[in-house]
Amino acid sequence: MKNHVWRPLFAVIGIIVLILIARLFYVPHDFGIHERGFMYGWYRNNNIEDWKQVKVKYQGRDYCKDCHSDKYESILKSPHSIIQCENCHGPAIDHPSDPPKLAIDRSRAQCLRCHFPLPYPSSGRAKIRGIDPDTHNRDFQCVTCHNPHKPNLSIR
Amino acid sequence: MISRRDFLKYTVKGAAGLAVPLAAIEIVNPKKILADSQGIGKTRWVFLVDTYKCVGCGFCVKACKIENEIPYDANVTRTWVERYVNTKDGRLFADTPKGARDGFTTNKIDLGLGKFQDVKNEDIRRSFFVPKLCNQCENPPCVQVCPVGATYQTPDGVVLVDRTWCIGCGYCIMGCPYGVRFFHPKYHTAEKCNFCYHRISKGLKTACVQACPFGARMIGNIKDPNDPVTKIVTTERVGILKSEYGTKPQVYYIGLDEEVR
Repeated sequence: MKNHVWRPLFAVIGIIVLILIARLFYVPHDFGIHERGFMYGWYRNNNIEDWKQVKVKYQGRDYCKDCHSDKYESILKSPHSIIQCENCHGPAIDHPSDPPKLAIDRSRAQCLRCHFPLPYPSSGRAKIRGIDPDTHNRDFQCVTCHNPHKPNLSIR
Repeated sequence: MISRRDFLKYTVKGAAGLAVPLAAIEIVNPKKILADSQGIGKTRWVFLVDTYKCVGCGFCVKACKIENEIPYDANVTRTWVERYVNTKDGRLFADTPKGARDGFTTNKIDLGLGKFQDVKNEDIRRSFFVPKLCNQCENPPCVQVCPVGATYQTPDGVVLVDRTWCIGCGYCIMGCPYGVRFFHPKYHTAEKCNFCYHRISKGLKTACVQACPFGARMIGNIKDPNDPVTKIVTTERVGILKSEYGTKPQVYYIGLDEEVR
């Protein structure tokens, strides 16, 4: 073949080689086709490990049990036993080292999540007793009168 | 000049040569070998939602946003709760104010753009709450459309996003029929529910399952026949969302209705 064919051909081959070399350094070695094939399983394998390293924040009530056994047991005797400690006290994360103190949500809005009356048939909400927040002691926090761990006023 | 004899010889050889690699590829299909040896893992995460039990308190949404570091006041969330209100005169309303992060604490239906619709309790024929999250589809369209391999399905069935690899093109957000994907306001990459992969891989429940006081949410392994979720999914009547798309969603619902999309 003539020179005018070879020269651009070499240039093209050179560019392709450069791209392949750049790709070798840029694309991680664990990137490729995995179990589910090219359509669903084309990814960087170590990313699965990255996601597993995310910090757990909500530890669950068993984490609270040993130090706060009085609170843990008092709420278990009430209708609020189904509510996790961290739903009101906030995520424990590494408490007591980090954070040393948890911020408790004592707002009326927190109680109204369940106790605003929405008598929707075929939803569990209809079975929960509610109050009208506009008429029921509207400027007070619920916890002024109701202890969330023993919510029934008569047994307080 | 090639003789007729040589031409026929080369043709036969060439055809045989072409056929061999095809057969060879078929023999070393890695997917098939893996499936035969161990059945692609012993875990397939699935989710079960009981809409009868949901009261719309939104503790699941709050826990999810904090657990997964989704900016709390940004109007995006990995899971949310929808309220459906069907009135006696045949009107249908559905809303999810802030994804129900603060629950449903009013009768008024949020119509968006600051407009609210007051529906009297006595006018309601039927009303209920439906929690939504990523369906971790068996055939995830969001993964198919990713041009760079930044989103993928793990061997245990969860669809993850590689934040270092995502280029933010948004194809997956458009491709998801369930609208569960969004851009993370901080990382500017595609974001979605991943069944709290850091928790389930440690044997914990997802943050939303743990936070739900009413047991409306459950997570389980469909490949374990003794798993409570597997028992319900395989023996009771459960529904899935948008089955017509062929995505094979793996979030099952008890008490779905036709107005739920």
